[in-house]
Amino acid sequence: MAMRDETRMLLESMTRLFEDKSTKQVVDAAETGVFAADLWQAVAETGVPLAALPEASGGADAEWSDLFAVLRVAGRFSAPIPLAETMLAGWVAAGAGLEVADGPMTVGPVRPGETLTLAQDGNGWRLSGTASRLPYASHAARTVLIADGPDGEMAVALDGTGEARVTAGRNIANEPRDTLAFDGVRIAADAAAPLNAGVSKAALYRRGALARATMMSGALERALDLAVTYAQERVQFGRPISKFQAVQQNLAVLAGQTAAAVAAANLGIEALGKGDPARETFLIAVAKARVGEAATLAAEIAHQVHGAIGFTKEYALQLSTRRLWSWREEFGPDPEWAVQVGKAACANGADGLWAMLTAV
Amino acid sequence: MVTPMFRFDPVELPPEALALRQEVRAFIAEHQDVMGFFRSSFNRDFSKAMARRGWIGMTWPKQYGGHERSAFERYVVIEEMLVAGAPLSAHYTGDRQSGPNILRFGTEEQKRFFLPRIAAGELTFCIGMSEPNSGSDLAGTRTRAVKVDGGYRINGSKLWTSNAHRADYAILFCKMASDGQQEVDRHAGATQFLLDLKTPGIEIRPVINLLGEHHFNEIFLTDVFVPDSLLLGKEGNGWNQVTSELAFERSAPDRFLVLFQMLREMVRMAGPDPDKATAAALGKLISQLATLRSMSLSIAGMLQDGLQPNNESAVVKDLGTRYEQDIPVVARQLFPTEPELEAVETYVSMIARSTMNAPRFSIQGGTREILRGIIARGLGLR
Repeated sequence: MAMRDETRMLLESMTRLFEDKSTKQVVDAAETGVFAADLWQAVAETGVPLAALPEASGGADAEWSDLFAVLRVAGRFSAPIPLAETMLAGWVAAGAGLEVADGPMTVGPVRPGETLTLAQDGNGWRLSGTASRLPYASHAARTVLIADGPDGEMAVALDGTGEARVTAGRNIANEPRDTLAFDGVRIAADAAAPLNAGVSKAALYRRGALARATMMSGALERALDLAVTYAQERVQFGRPISKFQAVQQNLAVLAGQTAAAVAAANLGIEALGKGDPARETFLIAVAKARVGEAATLAAEIAHQVHGAIGFTKEYALQLSTRRLWSWREEFGPDPEWAVQVGKAACANGADGLWAMLTAV
Repeated sequence: MVTPMFRFDPVELPPEALALRQEVRAFIAEHQDVMGFFRSSFNRDFSKAMARRGWIGMTWPKQYGGHERSAFERYVVIEEMLVAGAPLSAHYTGDRQSGPNILRFGTEEQKRFFLPRIAAGELTFCIGMSEPNSGSDLAGTRTRAVKVDGGYRINGSKLWTSNAHRADYAILFCKMASDGQQEVDRHAGATQFLLDLKTPGIEIRPVINLLGEHHFNEIFLTDVFVPDSLLLGKEGNGWNQVTSELAFERSAPDRFLVLFQMLREMVRMAGPDPDKATAAALGKLISQLATLRSMSLSIAGMLQDGLQPNNESAVVKDLGTRYEQDIPVVARQLFPTEPELEAVETYVSMIARSTMNAPRFSIQGGTREILRGIIARGLGLR
């Protein structure tokens, strides 16, 4: 089915923006720890980071599917900004009626086992617990967290990182992954509120996984593009290496894995907002499992085709592959998600397997 | 981005396709006695029963016995039948590629004769491409046609022809004899004929496969006369036509659904609460299948829009055959057993049958290497 015109226009304009603003120089600079403020500003001006929010909260009621499509483009250009995190932070905070920030936001917890606790304290709250490896927390204008309150999960929105003890960290793509520890930090009454329907720590984790899967599908497109271009330029034995069948066959596999990754991420994206949590969970698990598998196979081939140049800092391939190797583990590695797919299928039973795959 | 990317836009099945799925499932339930696992069964009664429901030649024009339904509806019928292990052999080649190629290249007379009969489940087609010395290199065909009064005289042979011993017609791929001139263009003179397999001069010999089964054959053609009326398309246009036929062949979902029943048995054996390693291995296969299916649906969408998704079909076939060849490999790791073809226990015979059939998945309809060559060409490398 043809892509909607609005979606196509959005993607074209965002592609131009990232192409101009998320250059290798910008990503290299961001990797030294300096926030890519110009890039963020340009992206923020499009309204995309908060576009999914209702108009009343400063958003545009945009389709999540469109925003995830933008994440694929951001992944293609290794955009060193917390775009997915800001989208998700807005979703959690605005849903709970909390204020969102104009600037970059982070969101968490991003690890399934971690729990933050909110205890009543007079007319406010006290927040305890640790949220590890929050993306870009040290650069965030606002931190949005999901914590266990006395009556269930609640959203908490902090200016900056509030009064957390911050331990800076980073992933192997040098993207900030900072750990926030809260030791009974005092939170004002209006900075915490019950979650909106459909929002939960588990739902945040799923959407985070889908965001990474989608960004990876973009990074794979980039790796394929670089590998195909390089193979046509690099001459050995008197001809471009793209003329050797062994290289062609490898690139064909890379193209197939890339296409599968995009299709798998789209499966998860299409399931969003259909109002069927079980279906959404299953297809997001499929997406993260399949894209992670593709990332492993494809990164290997992209490097093999490039030879030694692809192993250098100077050449751009590593921007994509180091992100693939980071993102495939974040929000759960593909084997973990494959376990979820397998368990769901087995619990559903052999005779229901086909119905499960063909369900709307 | 400079590299052409293969597009697999997400597709949602229209309501009429969803309603049809329920009809097909009910039909399959009524015919449960003829369903099987991977036996490529030939059952003309079943084909006729499907034809009566309007499920052969579904997308063809009504004036030729078709039903003018969408590519999505056709997709649903085929995937349900494949998953059920329905005996499709008597009509499948005609429905999938011979009929569509006749529709595209045939004369009005040919369309009026062949298409309604295929759609009725009465006429079985087989493929006529491979030869003893021309497999992947189809342009190397040695079968030759010579123009004679009122038709053509053809000599040569065809190999690996599934169902030739039961089929009525083949679409024969060959070349016009070139009077000993040096061949400049390897595709020059390529021509297709609608070959009536009862024509004098045709001898069909069985080739028994490694399972001990008789599916494919060798066809010998000795001074076979084919009238002008059975030339398909144009003399010399055969390469273009056979490429189109292969595209129809490769765009079908039968490249990743034939072992579904085996995957289902593996889920059964894993039980409702499998250990982590088992769940991960099954989950990986199921994630691959779900992705393949969405890509294949997207191909149906491209067909519906009148596009020719040749590169995309090659991608899906390459990924699909890899996935299907992995199924028996994963099976023997999770649930080891000595394979027995005639075992009473379903899983044991399935692992035998799938292990023995697996090698052909990445050979038939274009080898893995040929498909990857097509993909590489699509990437602009060749």
